[in-house]
Amino acid sequence: MDLYPLWNSLRIAGISTALIFFIGIFSAYYLSKAPRLVKGALDVVLTVPLVLPPTVVGYLLLRLLGPRRPLGAWLLETFGVKMTMTWWSAILATSVVIFPLMYRTARGAFESFDETLAQAGKTLGHSGSWVFWRVRMPACRQGILAGTVLAFARALGEYGATSMIAGYTPGRTATISTTVYQLWRTNDDALAFRWVMINLAISAVVLLIMNMMEAKQRSGRSARHAADR
Amino acid sequence: MPLTVDIEKKLGDFHLRVRFETEGGVLALLGASGCGKSMTLKCIAGIERPDRGRIALNGRTLYDSERRVCLPPQQRRVGYLFQQYALFPNMTVRQNIACGVREKSLRREKTDQMIARMGLQGTEELKPRQLSGGQQQRCALARILVNEPDLLLLDEPFSALDSHLRFRMEQEVRGVIRQFGKPVLLVSHDRDEVYRLSDRIAVMGRGCIEAIGENHAVFAQPGTRGGALLTGCKNISRARRVDEKTVLALDWGVPLAVPGWPEGTEYLGLRMHSLRPAGPEDTVNVFDCRVEEVVENPFSYTVMLRPEGADAPLALGWETEKPVWERLRADRLRMHLPPEKILLLKP
Repeated sequence: MDLYPLWNSLRIAGISTALIFFIGIFSAYYLSKAPRLVKGALDVVLTVPLVLPPTVVGYLLLRLLGPRRPLGAWLLETFGVKMTMTWWSAILATSVVIFPLMYRTARGAFESFDETLAQAGKTLGHSGSWVFWRVRMPACRQGILAGTVLAFARALGEYGATSMIAGYTPGRTATISTTVYQLWRTNDDALAFRWVMINLAISAVVLLIMNMMEAKQRSGRSARHAADR
Repeated sequence: MPLTVDIEKKLGDFHLRVRFETEGGVLALLGASGCGKSMTLKCIAGIERPDRGRIALNGRTLYDSERRVCLPPQQRRVGYLFQQYALFPNMTVRQNIACGVREKSLRREKTDQMIARMGLQGTEELKPRQLSGGQQQRCALARILVNEPDLLLLDEPFSALDSHLRFRMEQEVRGVIRQFGKPVLLVSHDRDEVYRLSDRIAVMGRGCIEAIGENHAVFAQPGTRGGALLTGCKNISRARRVDEKTVLALDWGVPLAVPGWPEGTEYLGLRMHSLRPAGPEDTVNVFDCRVEEVVENPFSYTVMLRPEGADAPLALGWETEKPVWERLRADRLRMHLPPEKILLLKP
């Protein structure tokens, strides 16, 4: 059994989650501080991939980056980079699809952050970035971690946008989800089933991690109640 | 002047305009919620930015709209005790306090000293949420004091504590203030707390300082109706001047002799313990009253009195020690409203 799709799926999900971790957190942070009007408008734009069918995202990316489209052609000519039908095209597609998950959970965490903590840090003489990394991020850790796990899980399962922009080439762009579809289409039921089982196992592990994190958060809260008593 | 504040800030319909100076000691800003007292502290700490004005501390300009100076909170050296203490939840007590130390090389030493000084031994490795309310406050104070600020701001310092802890923490905070020896601004709506802890009081209402002075003086003559209410005066009546020596207390329905009539006076106030049964020596402001209701407090009675024949909306409250009322227990009383105790109030 060729395990390339597993490796490719993990690599795409890992890289796009890492990418979106930072982009999502910083957009969430700056938007949570933005004036209300800017916030409202940008929020719609940033959340739209969540409600669009992944195939529509894939279509839009193809319109933008296809080799015969202006931007895609320019990239191909100037840098010799082909943006479609490679394994890393899938990173692009996946990132767009999982961005809103990271962004929204991080924003929720930032918005429930108690601003007096940041103010206290500043009156004690600490810089804004100290406050961000030492106080704000740790205080919002649970929300951000939950967003990251959710984004990673979604990235592993990405099919629609990936299949459009990266296609299915065994040993090059094949991921677990595209492989399952391909195997089913070619009547290789036994192998398709094996991949399904692998996928189920990974999903179970991800969900287990999420639940463990939630349990940890709950035990933190009950310690507070104990102190009150 | 160690601290000079003269600032203005508009927030929607609310207009903050405060001006005061303090030479040191404890100045309390006494006001109802929403009067702008916390906003004033935030402007001084550099968390909020006023629209215009000036703030100076020990000759250092912290903010000056004309000279375009606005120091960031990091450079102001102003310690701010937040209402909920704002301890960093992800750090232990020791780490929280260590955050306040400015010199890295002395971090360990100073943190240890402060832990001992604030009686936090044994809690060093606990997280803030595992501490009691009093310990949280001590930890927050430790973190501020170790930072060696030039000014201490206390924002409703006891409001987050249970009532039985309040008195104890008040004693501790009094000790901290005495050792601190630099100016302290205390914000509170609790007149007793303010009276006990401060040297001077500024009464705030609607974004302005309505009266400021040494705390006995402010309680003796709060100046405005709002100030009288904040300092705990419960008998307040609209008043109209009749002649040189007499005014009519419209809400009590009686003519009263008053000590004076400063420009703009529109209300009279009389503290509930300032009334007393009339004696033979009392000649003015003596009224026969009907006892309308008697309310028993833990250590006193409040007797609601209505002057005989008066057709007025409000009864007068008289607060008296238990034995005094238990001896009297009358339906009717002849009461004296001492002129010198009557507060003359602007709106």
